[in-house]
Formats: sequence, C-alpha cells, structure tokens
Amino acid sequence: MANLSAGEIAERLRALSEGSGVAMKLGGTDYAGNYLQFLAAVLRDFALEAQAYTIYVSVTNPCALVNSLLSSLEIPADRVFFVDVISQTMMSSLTKLPNASYVESPTMLENVMLRVEYFLRKSSAPRRIVILDSVNSLAIHNDPAILSEFFHIMVNNLKSRGITTIILAVAEETNPELENLLSFVCDDTIQLGVTPSETKTP
Amino acid sequence: MAAASVSSAVQVERCKTGIEGLDNILDGGIPRGNTVLVSGSCGTGKTTLSLEFLVRGAEARERGLFLSVTEASHKIQQNLATFDFFDKRIVDDGTLTFIDVPVLYDKLGLSKQEMTTEDIDLFVGAVAKLASELKVQRLVMDSITSVCYRIRHEEEIRDLILKLGKSLSDIACTTILVSEIGPQENRYSLYGVEEAIADGVILLGNVQRRGDLLRTLKIIKMRGTTHSRAQYVLDLTPLGILLAPYLKGGRGWEVA
Repeated sequence: MANLSAGEIAERLRALSEGSGVAMKLGGTDYAGNYLQFLAAVLRDFALEAQAYTIYVSVTNPCALVNSLLSSLEIPADRVFFVDVISQTMMSSLTKLPNASYVESPTMLENVMLRVEYFLRKSSAPRRIVILDSVNSLAIHNDPAILSEFFHIMVNNLKSRGITTIILAVAEETNPELENLLSFVCDDTIQLGVTPSETKTP
Repeated sequence: MAAASVSSAVQVERCKTGIEGLDNILDGGIPRGNTVLVSGSCGTGKTTLSLEFLVRGAEARERGLFLSVTEASHKIQQNLATFDFFDKRIVDDGTLTFIDVPVLYDKLGLSKQEMTTEDIDLFVGAVAKLASELKVQRLVMDSITSVCYRIRHEEEIRDLILKLGKSLSDIACTTILVSEIGPQENRYSLYGVEEAIADGVILLGNVQRRGDLLRTLKIIKMRGTTHSRAQYVLDLTPLGILLAPYLKGGRGWEVA
C-alpha cells in the first residue's frame, strides 16, 4: 500500500463525520517514522487546524515521551491532555506534566474512561478528539472480554457525543481477535506504512 | 437513564444531586423530601458525595446545611476548597451552612454520653428548627452512625431516624445521612435498622479486581423512583464525582 502523507491522512479524517471511530494502523517497518507521521497528521494537520482539544490516552509510552515528540515536531501541546496509563506501572521516577492525569494501571479501564471524561469536561472547544495509543498495549494487560467491553462502551459513548475516536494499532501485532474488535467499533481504517504481509483479514 | 422497565404514571418532584452520573441512574434525582442513607467504609467518598450534593444545590439556589458530627467543619471546608466546584461565596452568603454537632449538643445540654428518649426528641427538634429557620432544602448529617453511638436501644435509633426523616420531609428538605460501615460488612449501617427506615440507600465501596482497588457505587433502594441496580466505578476528581459502568469482562469479583 502506498504510504499516505500527513496531509492526506488529515484530509481523510476531515472527510469523516464527527463522532466517527477510526482505526489507525501503523506498519512495523519503520514504525518510528510512521508514528511521527501519525502525530504530525492527527495533532498538527488535523486537530490544530480544527482548533480541537485532543485527549491522548498513552498506554504504549509515557506521556512525557509523547509530549517531547510533539515538541520536537513543533506541535503545540496547549490543547492536548494526556491520560497516562503506563508511567505509574513502570515504577520509574515520574516528572508529572501539568496537562496529564495518571492512571495507576492499564487494567483499571474504568478509570481510563473516567479520566477521559474529566478532560472532556475541562475542555470547552466544540471539537474534541480522543486518541487511544494503542489497542495492542491495552491487550497486553487485559483479557479480550473486558477489552471488548471497554471499547464498546467508551467508543459508543464518545460517538453519541460527536467526539472522534482514533485507535492506534500496530499492524503486525494485531491478531484476528483485535481486528474483529476494531472493525466492530470503528467506522473507518487508515493504514500508514502497512506492507501487504502485515495485512491480516479476520 | 435508569434501568426502569416502566415509567411511573405520577412524576415525583426531584432533588437533583447535581452529580450527573448519579442523577442519570436515579432517573432524574432523589425524590424531594427523601431521607437517604449514604453508606460505606472509610475512604469510599461518602463525605465528598454529600458535600457535592449540597454545593450543587447551592448553585441552584437551594439552601443547604451540613451537620458535622465527627470532624470539625472548618477542616471539612478546607478540604472542600480543593475542589473546583466549590465557591466559598456560597458559605459567606449563607446559602450553605456548616454546624458542628458537638457544639449543638453543648447548647442543648446533651453532655452525657448516652442519649435518653427525651434527649433524642430534643435533638431532633433542634435540627428540625435549624432546618426550618435556615430554610434549607438539603441537609447532610455526617455521620448518623456517630449520633447513634450515643443511643443504647435499637428502637430508639429507629425512633430518631423516623422522627428526623419526618420532620425534615415535612419542610420538603432532602436529607443525606452518612452511615459508616466496616469494609467487609454485608449490611448498610452499623445497627442494621437505619437502612430499613431510610427512603433510600446509596452504597459506596471498594471492589478488588486482579489486585486493583476500584471505588464503586450502587443504589440499593430509593423510594419514589425507578433506579439502576447496576454497579458503577466512581472517581473523585477536582470537578466532582464522576461515574462509569463497572466492567465485568465475563469474570467474577470479590469484595475488598
């Protein structure tokens, strides 16, 4: 599949109706490059332009890392809130960001929902986006039944309020069960740097 | 929406708690004039829920009264100031009043450790008079358990709650009685009689799932309204109490 530019991804997102659920699959070859392109596409070219608030649920990496990547890409983070689900589990010394809320464990999925809700209430912009990074990281810590329940409740709740949800997935680590889950809650799939060998059909 | 199978033909006037998730599962709020027991062990959010109920009421220009039995009310107000939803002006302008019950005991001459039937009548009369004079529509007693410590017989506890509930209901005051229970008790009050007399019981607790301790809320009963019987996870945020559905994930659970 041809690689999409950040601008093209933003264009795809703009074409979707508000409240859509989007699966964003990143290819494993040059994952770091694909991830940076994803950040530029969603947080700069899409969210910034739409003056949207973004609530970034970071399960894969601590939010401090994501925040520094935004800095290096010169993406302002003043409209970005983080729900950090991994830093406290890592037991590392933690420099807390003022725009972040920390959940003790990735298994406390209700608390993830509640912290997202907290930031939604704090943000006043008419346009809000929720990014979940990533379904694969959540799947490491949670069994499929509770993960399905979480996504079903969370994404449908956000949809009903016109809030776009973007769920990040690493293509090569997404098994048929997760594929089914994504296709159940998402209205569209955008692939970024995914090779044909990484594309699985459920 | 509450998990109601049918809607009642007569709509009872509601006292919105102002806690969005709670009002949703109560089908709009607590029926006005009800006496509700908020039960739970320490650290489950009983006092915070009760205070938010009063503050949200004050925002809607409903006067409130907080009767503090165990903790000095100035300390409670200090803690309350850490929440974004609290504006001190509602205390300054008298919309929300804090009274320390030990001070009230002293004024009434109730210095003995044990309350007689006459003392109970005196106490209930004083609370009802305060509520009436202050024109309060919401009242919280934190905790009813501490008041009951001074009462020897179960029938007198029953009498206290019945009389208190009636006198406050007569002036359309919606009342929360905070009930302290142990973490593993399979009941909603220390003496077991309070929940039978109260119009409603909101149970706060801790549920352990795979080692994680989650704060939970469940409506056990609420006269005058249909309500959800599901379990919810609760978070105490600076914006107030937020609720989310408890995820079952096809697995069992254990009480912490």
